[in-house]
Amino acid sequence: MTGSNARAGERHFASIPAVRAGLAGVDYIADDRIAGVVYLADRLGKPVLVEGPAGTGKTQLAKSVAQMAGSRLIRLQCYEGLDESKALYEWNYRKQLLRIQAEQSPASWHELEEDIFSEAFLLTRPLLEAIRTEDPVVLLIDEIDRVELETEALLLEVLSEYQVSIPELGTVRATRVPMVFLTSNNTRELSEALKRRCLYLHVDYPDLARERDIVRRRVDGISEELADQVARIVRSLRTLELRKSPSVAETLDWARTLVVLGVESIDAAQARETLHVLLKYRQDIERAAKELLSADA
Amino acid sequence: MLELLSGFVSELRQSGLPVSLTEHLDAARAVQQIPMEDREALKSALGATLVKSSAHWQAFETAFEVYFSPRVPPGAGGTDDGRAHGSSSPPGARPGSADGAGPPAGGGGTEPMSARELAALLLRALRQGDRALVAALARHAVDRYASMEPGRPVGGTYYLYRTLRHLDLDGLLEQLLEAERSEQELTALEARLLADEYRTRIAQLRRAIEAEIRRRLVVDRGAPALAKSVRKNLPEDVDVMHANREELAALQRTLYPLSRKLAVRLGRKRRHRRRGPLDFRATVRHSLSTGGVPVEPRFRHPRPAKPEIFVIADISGSVASFARFTLHLVYAISTQFSRVRSFVFVDGIDEVTHVFEHAHDPGVAVQRITAEADVVWVDGHSDYGHALSEFDRRWGDEVTSRATVLILGDARNNYHASGAWVLHQLQQQARHVYWLNPEPRQYWGSGDSIVDEYAVHCDAVVECRTLRQLEEFVTELA
Repeated sequence: MTGSNARAGERHFASIPAVRAGLAGVDYIADDRIAGVVYLADRLGKPVLVEGPAGTGKTQLAKSVAQMAGSRLIRLQCYEGLDESKALYEWNYRKQLLRIQAEQSPASWHELEEDIFSEAFLLTRPLLEAIRTEDPVVLLIDEIDRVELETEALLLEVLSEYQVSIPELGTVRATRVPMVFLTSNNTRELSEALKRRCLYLHVDYPDLARERDIVRRRVDGISEELADQVARIVRSLRTLELRKSPSVAETLDWARTLVVLGVESIDAAQARETLHVLLKYRQDIERAAKELLSADA
Repeated sequence: MLELLSGFVSELRQSGLPVSLTEHLDAARAVQQIPMEDREALKSALGATLVKSSAHWQAFETAFEVYFSPRVPPGAGGTDDGRAHGSSSPPGARPGSADGAGPPAGGGGTEPMSARELAALLLRALRQGDRALVAALARHAVDRYASMEPGRPVGGTYYLYRTLRHLDLDGLLEQLLEAERSEQELTALEARLLADEYRTRIAQLRRAIEAEIRRRLVVDRGAPALAKSVRKNLPEDVDVMHANREELAALQRTLYPLSRKLAVRLGRKRRHRRRGPLDFRATVRHSLSTGGVPVEPRFRHPRPAKPEIFVIADISGSVASFARFTLHLVYAISTQFSRVRSFVFVDGIDEVTHVFEHAHDPGVAVQRITAEADVVWVDGHSDYGHALSEFDRRWGDEVTSRATVLILGDARNNYHASGAWVLHQLQQQARHVYWLNPEPRQYWGSGDSIVDEYAVHCDAVVECRTLRQLEEFVTELA
């Protein structure tokens, strides 16, 4: 709750439509919900927890917001076994050792200790980096669901107070509150404490119009007609019960493939030949071919 | 506004969403940041601050629509929507049809269209994908068919049903496709794409009708009263035995991410349990680096034996969906068990392990069970006694001390012999015997339910009415 006061007068975005337009300017097609949440995150100074199926542009959202706001993107990729020395900070003990050995004059231990636990010997990791830096930053904590439940607690202080406590140095407060995005593929339930501190955004597969726009924006040289066809076929595929529905990333790959092949308008045979770009399981491909492409469907 | 928000938050809590005080405050701060008249922005602001799980979105949406439904029909009062209507009526429309689209249908004062005109207009609006016109026609249809009576304490579904019965949405889809086919030759792919497109549009029509009915009900009865009557359980709290088709579909959707989460969680639990006995050899070897002083003791990593699971499931009509969900879940996390064998019964019993072993997707396998298993012995009514004694005769010897036996069923035995001795014997052989009963606890032992007779031979009899309870049980099991 302290965040918003610390940062008043530092807002990036004027209104929700402005966010939308800004994101479109960097080729990210947002819907009302996405734009609304980004706007609120900026206004309230709260982190955003982005959840949704893989390949729907969760990470890209953070990148695009950074690009739009002209901020630096600092990324913390989460993995099992991530700990504070990788996420927050670490003491550069080699340098500390050197310092102690290089010490010739008989300085008191107390002075020496003051010296080696100073910022010069601190290795900043992404979270601390995001807080200490002077320029505007967007902090992306990617795939937060991969760390253990206990490690999540590391983030809580950063996310709610925008500060890091270092026992030897004291508390480092953010000079400027970063925008924070956390992404999750939903492989486990995140802790209540974490969710409570974040705004929640569920990014699902886009609807037809938005997917068409995305394809047209991000695939060079695609005709309007082909983009429309691609989006419609993908939508129909998602209504089938597949092991893995095609993601937006796969839609884009498919559209690019079609453009490279010089396809103007998709027919069943072409679709069948390129379906493996879109679907990654043999059963899914067979099923899609049967349901969508065979004559008796 | 703050008062309305408090009401809304308490409604969400009533529906089972965990909304904390902090989140409530956040929501209050969030609504100050957005323009009041923008309903979509309000929805995304409240959604982002109050709902922290996509499974809860449905419940949130229902409550939101009731609490923040527009008090005037969107077409009236010269709002943006209203202007859109005027400009979007089809250029070549007949004189009568323009009336239907433009003026507010909510007032009910317009000259009534005939049923056939309405249907024709609807067909055209759907074909052109004219959303504004579809919405206007939805209002008209509600006017005409729902015959809503103020103060009558029926839910919205009653009116919805009346309206939809007259509109015949399936028939509409057929007509739309027929119309396309008559105009041009379609390939199979095109036909499929078109059908999906029209299905989406018809779903929009249905939502428009629902919204209109809801709006009128709110005007009539007030938001809190209505919210109470449309409140639905969260998917994980739905009673599996009495779920309707829609709820079952929602459950099915929740099941997949749930099983994935369970598998990840259980896998981690297994790997991270660190308390094993002292590993003397490793400790001594490690002590060499400290001059032979065992500074750091080393421990063995425990590798708990994975249990072998026998699932014996009643798949007679009353509990079939429960059995399906449980089997699905057990197989989805089958990597956590050394082996899973499954048996299904009604009055006869059959092993269906092979069905699962050859299928890639447990969901598909579960669908196949009913067709492939030979489970009817005499009349196709549950007979636990016969099924259990058959199990004992055919597979009884294979239950070893590593096995955990799960029996799924309501123990409603149609007054046959119980065959409880089989359970007694199984309990002697197996490590554990659990009984999962999908019936509420207060019905146990009533009528022909003989669960108490079996209970004495089980390690535990667990009430498993909802996905949440099932999840808890499975976590304990692995």
